[in-house]
Amino acid sequence: MSKKGSFDLKVGLAEMLKGGVIMDVMNVDQAKIAEDAGAVAVMALERIPALIREEGGIARASDPQMIREIQDRVSIPVMAKVRIGHFAEAQILEAMEVDFIDESEVLTPADEHNHIWKHDFKVPFVCGCRNLGEALRRIGEGAAMIRTKGEAGSGNIVEAVRHMRQVKSDIKKLTTMDREEMMAAAKDMGAPFSLVEQVAKIGKLPVPNFAAGGVATPADASLMMQLGSETVFVGSGIFMSDDPGPRAKAIVDAVTYYKDSKKMVEISTDLQTAMKGIEISEIPENERLQERGW
Amino acid sequence: MIGVLALQGNFTKHIELLKRLGISSTEVRYPDQLNEVDGLVLPGGESSVISDLIVRNDLLEPIVEFSRVKPILATCAGIILMSKKTNDSRVIPLNIFDIEIYRNAYGRQIHSFIDTIQVDLNGTTSSIVASFIRAPKIAKLGNDIEVLATHNGIPVAIRNDRHIGLTFHPELNNETIFHSFLFQMKKKVDTLSAN
Repeated sequence: MSKKGSFDLKVGLAEMLKGGVIMDVMNVDQAKIAEDAGAVAVMALERIPALIREEGGIARASDPQMIREIQDRVSIPVMAKVRIGHFAEAQILEAMEVDFIDESEVLTPADEHNHIWKHDFKVPFVCGCRNLGEALRRIGEGAAMIRTKGEAGSGNIVEAVRHMRQVKSDIKKLTTMDREEMMAAAKDMGAPFSLVEQVAKIGKLPVPNFAAGGVATPADASLMMQLGSETVFVGSGIFMSDDPGPRAKAIVDAVTYYKDSKKMVEISTDLQTAMKGIEISEIPENERLQERGW
Repeated sequence: MIGVLALQGNFTKHIELLKRLGISSTEVRYPDQLNEVDGLVLPGGESSVISDLIVRNDLLEPIVEFSRVKPILATCAGIILMSKKTNDSRVIPLNIFDIEIYRNAYGRQIHSFIDTIQVDLNGTTSSIVASFIRAPKIAKLGNDIEVLATHNGIPVAIRNDRHIGLTFHPELNNETIFHSFLFQMKKKVDTLSAN
């Protein structure tokens, strides 16, 4: 008897995206540029994080028409974002058969206490995290892929590095704990005990762990891969730069050859100006996207 | 030593599976590495992305050369790459299997499925669990292709002399029969001929 929509199948697609680059796109032309450059998937959204930051207002799930156009034009998986807790937006995306839903802090949250119960959906979800507790809460709700939050739209890798290191260090601590200590750790992190136990045993997250939020150069991608990320999301870093096509291709190559520093020289050479980026301290605390999510 | 093409995709799962079988393996990203391995796995991932990386990193001819003497196990995206013809012009076929294959032919992720299939491999029939993820469909079978398994009448596992191609993912369900048959068998033969 054939079975669809199981958690294993959701994680299975995340497995296939490993070693690739997922790119934010705002229209069909950008989706084609991303696909031609070697994106492993595209994330369709109305405004990339840097523009949301600039223009303000409420950021919502994208117009189905725009997502449909992109689905019709590219053969790689198409992902789209919904607001935190907005399960009705997610139902619409599921009915459109998007391949992955990102319940994202980049959009304006719809619920300030609860995330979506993602087990109710047949389409897989990815969610952001800043630490292990947050990652395990999202996995407990049914996320099949975790990404660092970083600081979206900043062009600054510092927050993604902080979050990746935090998750790794939290995991390392768990693996050295006695069983007695694990319950206290679960309580402190606000994470489901069964997942805490599982992570302590396997020494890594039970789902793929990708990097996002601030990647702007091939070297940024290499840095995140070397820190243990399994794939890289690039949001504003491509289409806010002066050379989206070549830069996208260079980041794709960097994720494959991230350990080969000679090849990284070649990959990083002859690119034009990267996105300008923002110093995190210049972003008022209440405007930092990473603070969203509970 | 078995090589696992590590340009993009779930190559790490294959490495874990081979390790469990006691077979040592290495990630392959450069043409020279093919001289050092006795077999190759082409993993799942996005076929158009892997194809592009194969071409841009001068791996196309070396993989075809390799296939003339040594075994390749291809899963999902891998079997698309090994076909003679696909419905996606961005995939450059390696033309190792005489088949025509359609990419992502069961539909988007929501149509991905797990099912039990019967596999006839080397005179033994076994029932295995197979994960089909945005899977391709073999549309035409050409010369010298043996069908090892079908799903609803469509071939999902094939063999031509030394290679095996699958449209699903045995590695996601810890299914070792294909890796074991292709690569452990090879090891035994090597030992025999060395004696």
